Amino acid sequence: MVSIDFAGRGEVTIRELSKSFALNGRSLTVLKGLNLDIRPGECLVIVGASGSGKTTLLRVLAGLETADGGEVLIDGRPIHGVGTERAVIFQEPRLLPWQTVLGNVAFGLEVRGESKAQAEEKARGYIALVGLADFADAYPRQLSGGMAQRVGIARALTVQPEILLLDEPLGALDAMTKISMQEELARIWSEQGVTMIMVTHDLEEAVYLADRVLILPREKGAAARLVEIDLARPRDRSEARFVRYREELLREFGLH
Amino acid sequence: MSLQHIDRSVVIGPQNGKAGERREWLPRTLSRAGGFLSRYGLLLAFLVLWQVSSRAGWLNPAVFPPLDAILGALWRGIVGGALLDDIAISLQRSGIAFAAAVAVAIPLGLFMGQVRAVESALDPILQLFRQTSALALYPVFILLLGLGEASKVFVIFWATLFPLLLNTIGGVKEVDAKLIEMARVYGASRLTVFRRVVLPGAVPSIFVGLRLSATTALLLLIASEMIGANKGVGFQVMNAQYNFQIPLMFAAIVLLAFMGLFANYALVFLQRRLCRWSEPVN
Repeated sequence: MVSIDFAGRGEVTIRELSKSFALNGRSLTVLKGLNLDIRPGECLVIVGASGSGKTTLLRVLAGLETADGGEVLIDGRPIHGVGTERAVIFQEPRLLPWQTVLGNVAFGLEVRGESKAQAEEKARGYIALVGLADFADAYPRQLSGGMAQRVGIARALTVQPEILLLDEPLGALDAMTKISMQEELARIWSEQGVTMIMVTHDLEEAVYLADRVLILPREKGAAARLVEIDLARPRDRSEARFVRYREELLREFGLH
Repeated sequence: MSLQHIDRSVVIGPQNGKAGERREWLPRTLSRAGGFLSRYGLLLAFLVLWQVSSRAGWLNPAVFPPLDAILGALWRGIVGGALLDDIAISLQRSGIAFAAAVAVAIPLGLFMGQVRAVESALDPILQLFRQTSALALYPVFILLLGLGEASKVFVIFWATLFPLLLNTIGGVKEVDAKLIEMARVYGASRLTVFRRVVLPGAVPSIFVGLRLSATTALLLLIASEMIGANKGVGFQVMNAQYNFQIPLMFAAIVLLAFMGLFANYALVFLQRRLCRWSEPVN
């Protein structure tokens, strides 16, 4: 079992965060004056209508976009670009097709300067963690969508981040695979003690995984809503309170 | 957890059925023979038709000599050494030109594909040069470099440069930007991104360029040897025709065909070794 104690680390503070893009010569505001404190080890799920800026927020946290105003602090220090304490899991697995599962999972550590042998040894542990030990030598084209996404997850975990950023990681999977992967993510999160920040458009997924759900408003500058999901884990999707939380989120979108 | 097996059992690649092992040898041999026939049957029929037509006098054997006469001329040319000199000089010309094109086009293409400003500044002139037939420029090269080896090597080099350069640039530009972003998230430097993501991603496209260039090299080799050469396989085709040694002419043509087939086969072999991860090459 691979498990590291991250207690007290992976705290994210967002202060007056603003971001706009130039679109056809006009400025399009995506995020405006957002404030948020994310607790160390928490699972925060971000939902919102399309255009609410949830993916932009995640990309700013990842360091792939720079904010126009405000700041993001991790463990009290402002971020500049990408950082080794963060790892990102994208909607697509983004595997290198010319590398095996092992090569792909070891990639992050190798890029960060670990020797190939060391990186692969650690990678094997995380490949086993996501249940792919038998497929270490397979190439990405030989994997199903769910398996490929597990490889992406293992690659992110292998660099032992304090903060795991997930951008609709299960959005492209079929319904059955999605449910089993949600269970897997819940298990990995509780075992690894990592801060998990995840964007999704699936409200059931949000209730299943989140400690808190952040609902980004459609009107820029309006206050974002936070819903605390007070349910014991592992969660039961058919339980009455689970269903009520889901309905509460639906109401926030004006859909119920 | 109970649903985990669903997406784990779907493996497409390495599973090959073992049912075939128990089949009888006869049907297996027959099915192999059938496979061979469906692939090479038409070629065999063509060769047989040639041989029979020429021997029976349906075709003028002075223009289309029978295959045994052509193979005989080829054998005598190789054993007697007359064709060996031609092969050597032809391989030397195309080899030097091809190697020079590889040495120039691949590094240049990798650089141009990475730097958008350089690529967009050079693209119009590249398109112009590419569309200008190298053969039309051959007289210019002869003026500049004389009728010797230099102009021949240069015209082949010129013609092979562009397919290789454009395919290398294309390969670099088509590398998935999402993979590059993924590498950046892990803190990869520009050099690491290039080495680990861009270069391997461009390899299949570079091979397309190599195979196109090899074909072009042979084409230009023959053309340049037909104009003002006194050695070489291309020269031999022309010379044998002037001297009405028609079997020898066809022997030289067959030789050129085999050189082309061999070059392509060598590149396909190399591509399979380097790109085992990708779809099968044909």
